[in-house]
Amino acid sequence: MTAEEWTAVRLSLLVATTATLAGLPFGIAIAWLLARGKFWGKSLLDTVVHLPLILPPVVTGYLLLLSFGRRGPIGSFLADEFGIVFSFRWTGAALACAIMGFPLMVRAIRLSIEAVDRRLEAAAGTLGANPLWVFATVTLPLCLPGIIAGAILGFAKSMGEFGATITFVSNIPGETQTLPSLIYTLTQVPGGDAAAMRLTLVSIAISMVALLGSELLARRIGSRRQTA
Amino acid sequence: MSLEIDVEHARGSFQLRARFTAAPGLTALFGRSGSGKTSVVDIVGGLIRPARGKVIVDGQVLVDTERRVFVPAHRRRIGYVFQDSRLFPHLSVRHNLLYGRWFARGNGGAAGDLGTVVDLLGIGHLLDRQPDSLSGGEKQRVAIGRALLAKPLLVLMDEPLASLDEARRAEIFPYIERLRDEAGVPILYVSHSVAEVARLATTVVIMAEGTVTAVGPVVDTLPLADANDGGSVLDATVSRHDEAFDLSLLTTAAGELQVPRLNAPAGAHVRAYIRARDVMLSLRPPEEISALNVLAGRVAAVTPISGAQADVRLDCSGALLMARLTLKSVERLALAPGRPVYAIIKSVSFERT
Repeated sequence: MTAEEWTAVRLSLLVATTATLAGLPFGIAIAWLLARGKFWGKSLLDTVVHLPLILPPVVTGYLLLLSFGRRGPIGSFLADEFGIVFSFRWTGAALACAIMGFPLMVRAIRLSIEAVDRRLEAAAGTLGANPLWVFATVTLPLCLPGIIAGAILGFAKSMGEFGATITFVSNIPGETQTLPSLIYTLTQVPGGDAAAMRLTLVSIAISMVALLGSELLARRIGSRRQTA
Repeated sequence: MSLEIDVEHARGSFQLRARFTAAPGLTALFGRSGSGKTSVVDIVGGLIRPARGKVIVDGQVLVDTERRVFVPAHRRRIGYVFQDSRLFPHLSVRHNLLYGRWFARGNGGAAGDLGTVVDLLGIGHLLDRQPDSLSGGEKQRVAIGRALLAKPLLVLMDEPLASLDEARRAEIFPYIERLRDEAGVPILYVSHSVAEVARLATTVVIMAEGTVTAVGPVVDTLPLADANDGGSVLDATVSRHDEAFDLSLLTTAAGELQVPRLNAPAGAHVRAYIRARDVMLSLRPPEEISALNVLAGRVAAVTPISGAQADVRLDCSGALLMARLTLKSVERLALAPGRPVYAIIKSVSFERT
């Protein structure tokens, strides 16, 4: 593989990992709100969270560009106040991936929170744990398999994200050129077929390793819970 | 410890109106299912917020709707042993036991360290197991230990034995008795089993259809408990065992009783529960009958109940005994207060303790 290809693979892994880890706390919080919360506008929140799943990725990318771009309201605020810039940076690619994977992540985590036996949470309360501790020591460990599943889904989505990323942060080698973007570029130039095929195989390998890893992790948690 | 409850709460068409004060020891909330027992303990434990009323434990106001006081469950220091043990499946038995201790740091209160509680409940060999691998009886013992180690001021037990079979129940009884007698933790105990209440309770609170119908010491109150299944409680001491016939001899205020051999040493205190319908009355000392137990006494009161039957209260040297007879028998024997009678008790009718 060429240096350019390695760069794209490394960048994709960095973007997907960042998107997954940064999205996870928000994903858990939103999933908890949707599973347990009773508030006005809950179904509206549910819809908004699911929007990236339904909208064309290009639309999501364009909306990100409008709001998080240098001249966008959020983008200019973050750049001026905190020096955080998304547009045409790898961080922007991570943001796009996080947003695109968010509905999948929230869905998996929400289901697992809904499956947690609330009577166990009440029992923890009578033992002196305040609601925050109950969440950290009972709810969270019990829905860990769902959180892992959500994270893996988010990671897989990030590895494959193309439309929103290329619309928001373009296709800059070494900065925003992720694996799918590079494959796309290679298919557009004459003689790029062999390289495209190599990267396709790399892409398949990474996805399979991620899936196998999550399977093993879920099985280990499951067996730890069952055996002495 | 004192517990004062005066609450009103509605759930659907069900109205709860409970008011009582519990003394130290084990207070049993007794009544049929649907009588509101669990709602009462849920209110005391902080799982239900009552529509109106007060809950005071040891002078500490936990709920007072008029003054808008509601202490959340995690700040009440009231242990709760649920019917379905509710052990944390992701933690080992040891970590289940220690769960509440961390939050109880620096608090005084009943029951001390892990070792003492583990010995009290006989669960030392289970510490490294996972809850899934425990039997029902073991789970409940761990649940009791977990509640104790949170150093509660009061322990609530909601039918902790209901999901267990007879053998498992017998396995747990002694531990609850030790808890009551040795650990000195006040307990509010929900049950619909006369046998459990007779054996464990110091005080009984009887509930029916959401209201408290009677409160008092178990010996005086339990006989009033249930119109369909009345009976009486006798405090007894095991005097000796008759190995030849596999019997135990018990000394009670009313006289000596012979029962199938008990699994208790001589000198042990036990409670016998005698169902009213297992007591026959005779005006003369019965001779040549198969029943082993005959107690002499006097009729204290005759209360007609539905179905052409009457409950006869007997005073046997100070102890209360109940007999359920037909009205016809009452008339035939001319039973009236003061009349001396002999009560014939089938030995099989004793609750094994």
